[in-house]
Amino acid sequence: MKAFMTRRKSLLVAASTALALSLSACGGSTSTSNPPVAEKPSFAADTTMAKLSSAGKIVIGTKFDQPLFGQKGLDGKPVGFDVEMGKLIAGKLGIPADKIEWKETVSANREQFIKNGDVDIIVATYTINDKRKAEVSFAGPYYEAGQALMVNKDNTSITKPEDVKGKNVCSVTGSTPAATIVEKYGAILVPAATYSACLEPLRNKQVEAITTDNVILAGFVAKEPDAFKLASDQTFTKEPYGIGLKKDDTVFRNWINDQLEAFAKDGSYKKAWEDTAGTVIKTAPELPTIDRY
Amino acid sequence: MDVIIENLPQYWDGFLRTLFLSVVSGIIALIFGTVLAAARVSPIAALRGFSMTYVEIVRNTPLTIAFFFAAVVLPRLGVTFQQFEVAAIIALSAYTSAFIAEAVRSGVNSVPVGQAEAARSIGMKFSQVLSLIILPQALRTVIPPMINILIALVKNSSVAGAFYVLELFGYGRQLANANGDAVLWVLVGVAFFYLLITVPLGYVATVVERKVAIAR
Amino acid sequence: MTSVLYDVPGPKARRISLIGSIIGVIVIGGLLVLAVMTLAQQGIFDPKRWAVFQIPDVWVLIGNGILATLSAAAVAAVIAFPLGLVLSLMRISAIAWIRIPTRIVLEFLRGMPVVLMMFFVLLVFATGSFVAVVAGLVLYNSAIFAEIIRAGIQSLPKGQREAGLAIGLTSFASRRSIELPQAIRRMLPSLVAQLVVLLKDTSLGYIVSYEELLRKVQIMADFLGPAYLFPVFFVAAAIYIAINFSVSRLAIWIEKRGSKKAAGGVVHVPVAGIPAK
Repeated sequence: MKAFMTRRKSLLVAASTALALSLSACGGSTSTSNPPVAEKPSFAADTTMAKLSSAGKIVIGTKFDQPLFGQKGLDGKPVGFDVEMGKLIAGKLGIPADKIEWKETVSANREQFIKNGDVDIIVATYTINDKRKAEVSFAGPYYEAGQALMVNKDNTSITKPEDVKGKNVCSVTGSTPAATIVEKYGAILVPAATYSACLEPLRNKQVEAITTDNVILAGFVAKEPDAFKLASDQTFTKEPYGIGLKKDDTVFRNWINDQLEAFAKDGSYKKAWEDTAGTVIKTAPELPTIDRY
Repeated sequence: MDVIIENLPQYWDGFLRTLFLSVVSGIIALIFGTVLAAARVSPIAALRGFSMTYVEIVRNTPLTIAFFFAAVVLPRLGVTFQQFEVAAIIALSAYTSAFIAEAVRSGVNSVPVGQAEAARSIGMKFSQVLSLIILPQALRTVIPPMINILIALVKNSSVAGAFYVLELFGYGRQLANANGDAVLWVLVGVAFFYLLITVPLGYVATVVERKVAIAR
Repeated sequence: MTSVLYDVPGPKARRISLIGSIIGVIVIGGLLVLAVMTLAQQGIFDPKRWAVFQIPDVWVLIGNGILATLSAAAVAAVIAFPLGLVLSLMRISAIAWIRIPTRIVLEFLRGMPVVLMMFFVLLVFATGSFVAVVAGLVLYNSAIFAEIIRAGIQSLPKGQREAGLAIGLTSFASRRSIELPQAIRRMLPSLVAQLVVLLKDTSLGYIVSYEELLRKVQIMADFLGPAYLFPVFFVAAAIYIAINFSVSRLAIWIEKRGSKKAAGGVVHVPVAGIPAK
């Protein structure tokens, strides 16, 4: 299984060419960049960094179904901004990208994965909030998203979240945006297995809108600008994405925070964005202020 | 434990929707399934062929795919609906009716041949033989497996939670995400509400099975 | 049986039946054509959309999806069967404190949606999705296997066990060397039918993010773009039905073969072959 994955990079190139020839845009970034890897970095003994660095491998949890952030490509490897962040951090530990083991996490099992030690860190559009802080620790935020609404191109009746009261709105079962749109704005939730599964009901006008973080929606709009649009450029919540790690591993958390700031300074943060989400969302974000709680 | 009590309204809402989906799909499946079984033993070749093909295809299709067709492909064919419960009911009843049809058919086969022969010899038509003589007698052998099929239906309705309907399982997923610290209890709550339907049904099946055994 | 339900149709009845059949075929055929045309209008049969199948990677992914589906089913079946065997013996044990708790556990497992059990294992034990899918399938199917085997044992004539005990076999030895071999043989069709159910249930992995065929296809459609959703789903559905159909055929073949060979033939006990998810 592993062996054939490495062999397949060339196939992917051939495949994407074939796609580009026969089809128009297919969206999704196929970039498989390999960020710089630090040569034998040294860390104080007994720190998580030292452990990971000397082991030479790391397990990172990410989502496999979030366009632009963490999405599994045809070659079986995840691509996206979250993935690039993971690679950058691994690089600073002296771990090359091919030594990273990617584990799929879904919204509901992220805390458990960290607690059980199934993953070393999680970079998975993981919103920092107090409830989660009681279970795990967060480095970052490395990006600040916000909840938004996506509607059909011809829809003019929904421009703000208050407009969806009593209307069908699609979102992923058990996600935070789903809870918000129901509890705060009185929408009728139509739950789906993945965000992409919401597209067909919207197209068929069985739901009025799709709601989740603006960046994910922007990815859909970019793929089909003739069908969909964002209801508004304004977001109505703040979703600071953090990097999840074991609770109270403060040394590791501070170290990751330092690295994030370094990425912002040396331009690798911007490059990571441009290679992934930046292909459809032109304005590159600034690194938000790190929350060193 | 507190999670269950705090979120009781959600559980209840989900429970009612699960019950609703099961009851409506169950009734449709019982009717349609019996019609399919009748078609299967009818003198008209096309009906037999249709019934056989339908049952074969549906029994070999995973429920998730049936749901996908009902919820996503049907609207493309012009069958639109605002309530996704409709899609769930279509998928569940189309799926379940194939199993009901098989159960009824094997029940028909369990009735001694002499019964049909006697009925025909006194001049009954096919429809009379089936509805007056065979089906009433088939019923008693058919009821226990039929209840098992209905139990399966209740459980199968959980797939709707992944296809746009917020029923018990859907709420379970939602609550599990909102209460990352009490996932165990959230799911225990969901299990409890399912058992609230399935265990009594299973009990009825056992009792009926015993009664049937005595009556024979 | 079917032919005893009605008289051999005469010329008039045959004609009516033929006309009815033709009309039926036309109506169903017409509906199908209408459906295909509606879909075609929306460009679903646009050759461009089906060009994805020229990409070798797409087939590699589909192949992996099939493998994932089959491996989850195989592992689950291999674990669930012996477990079901043990549970069935416990279920009819003469010792009350073994029999009663087993019965409660079996009732519980049979009353639970499989997908809920998968989800439970996935979240509470934080296992990977493969383990979650297999565990869910094992828990549920071992309970069903247990019920099928129990029904098989209880369908045997009483004399079988009495004879075993009379020649000095222990209770367990009688079960093992006299009753079980006959029961399993009798129930073989139901057991194989349950295997089809198990195989179909792997598609629930879609919901707990196990990358079986359906999930693979969804990931693929997400990556390629929504325009390719329909082509890849149609192909996945066709593959699923083809696999299940073959296993069902196998079940029927075993049933036919078994009914010739098994002493007393195969039996259908109502509890068996519950078409459950």
